[in-house]
Amino acid sequence: MSSNYRRRRLVERIMFGATGLATGFTVGILIFLLGFLVYQGGSSLSLDFFTHLPTPVGEAGGGMANALVGSAKLLFVAALIGIPLGFFGGVYLAEFGRGPLAFTIRYAADVLNGVPSIVIGVTVYGMVVVPVGHFSTLAGGLALGLIMVPVTLRTTEEFLRLVPTSLREGSLALGAPKWVTIVRVVIPAGLRGVMAGVLLSLARVAGETAPLLFTSFGNRFWSEGWLQPTASLPVMIFTYAVSPYDDWHRQAWAAALVLLLLVLGSNVLARLILQRGQGLRRAS
Amino acid sequence: MGAPALQLDSPVKMAVRGLTVRYGEAAALHEVTLDVPERRVTALIGPSGCGKSTFLRCLNRMNDTIRGVRITGEVTLDGENIYGPDVDPVELRRRVGMVFQRSNPFPKSIFDNVAFGPRIHGVKDPVALREIVERGLRQAALWEEIEDRLDSSALDLSGGQQQRLCIARALAVEPDVLLMDEPASALDPIATAKIEEHIQELKETYTIVIVTHNMQQAARVSDFTAYFYLGRLIEFGPTDRVFTNPTKQETEDYITGRFG
Repeated sequence: MSSNYRRRRLVERIMFGATGLATGFTVGILIFLLGFLVYQGGSSLSLDFFTHLPTPVGEAGGGMANALVGSAKLLFVAALIGIPLGFFGGVYLAEFGRGPLAFTIRYAADVLNGVPSIVIGVTVYGMVVVPVGHFSTLAGGLALGLIMVPVTLRTTEEFLRLVPTSLREGSLALGAPKWVTIVRVVIPAGLRGVMAGVLLSLARVAGETAPLLFTSFGNRFWSEGWLQPTASLPVMIFTYAVSPYDDWHRQAWAAALVLLLLVLGSNVLARLILQRGQGLRRAS
Repeated sequence: MGAPALQLDSPVKMAVRGLTVRYGEAAALHEVTLDVPERRVTALIGPSGCGKSTFLRCLNRMNDTIRGVRITGEVTLDGENIYGPDVDPVELRRRVGMVFQRSNPFPKSIFDNVAFGPRIHGVKDPVALREIVERGLRQAALWEEIEDRLDSSALDLSGGQQQRLCIARALAVEPDVLLMDEPASALDPIATAKIEEHIQELKETYTIVIVTHNMQQAARVSDFTAYFYLGRLIEFGPTDRVFTNPTKQETEDYITGRFG
């Protein structure tokens, strides 16, 4: 065996070990995080957690039902704002997006994507909360929706661009106008990817805390309608974790666990949606 | 360039006069003049990059969708200039159908693929749609193979079946002219033979223009052959004559396999 070969084999083993270690470490962080949350918050995770309101200070027990519903309502408003804007903008960019206007939109979306969420929050605070005079679900949902727009826009564009040109030409060659081609061929062919993208952007804003601190604020009780301050999981975690009570700490851990599982679940779901679509794309 | 002083045994369906196509500065086609006879198969042959596909895509204005293309000259369909100001390319493409080199079925069911054209042109009645779909699939010689699974995905079909499905899809809108851009280049010999066979049947109803890399195929299926080289039409005439007694040296070199 030549020394050259031995050296190559050594390098190969070292590199293989290094990449394996890095992979293991990445997966390890997630497993550690999950385990730690279960260890810290698992004991507080009971049916009460999902069905009861928070108890008054000093009294043990209670739950975060209002925060769960609050988060759901916030996400609903965010989806109502973020999905249509991002989706139609993405369709425009993918199908008509040429020239300086499209360049500007794309660039603006990328910059908006990089804007820290607290800046979005403070903007909504200044433009909605202050003039109206109080915190609300709508204001919080608006902040989350604005964060969603650039993500939804760019994923929609990316996935529609993946639809092969040959499909567009096939439709045009049958005498279909461009808009019919977009609505009946391009969008259906790229829909799974778009849906997965939307789901991931929802999962992302579900954990946003900073913009909610001064838009939807928080609430110890049920928030009725859309115009009152509301509790939400991330803000609840923040409030409980910095409080001086042990019981609240445990509940914060439990809430963090629920939030992580929700995000993890959406990611898995998005992946499933994409995989089922893969068969279609490969064959075409 | 050569005048269309050609004795055709059939009326002219599409007449091309002085057609020049430029992509930016580069010209892909120079002053092409050619008559496409009705209910005949016209084959376009020539080496890669000779402009035959570009020419084909001018006949249904598919090149309009590419940016930076400039087209001059005249193309008529039944005497009407298809590049005229009041011609809608969408309406034109309903009359001039196209089958592409790589089969491109939509990710929908077999039925929905064939019904796509009729549906967007306003056929809603399910019974009528079913008839159109069956007729299209029969014309494309695909019906017997798939009649019991019209609702399964078109993407589960084999390559040759997919291409015949695309032909059925094009026929379902009942065009006058059918353009085929190397329809068999990605298929095995058996699938190719099937497609060639039914081109012979289709020409009783349709005017067919077919681009092919395969000279034997051109000789087998076509009535007229046009030889393109470097963006120019070198020779055009009845297939028998072009292949047995070409008038131009370039044509002879190409069909005898001396280059290309």
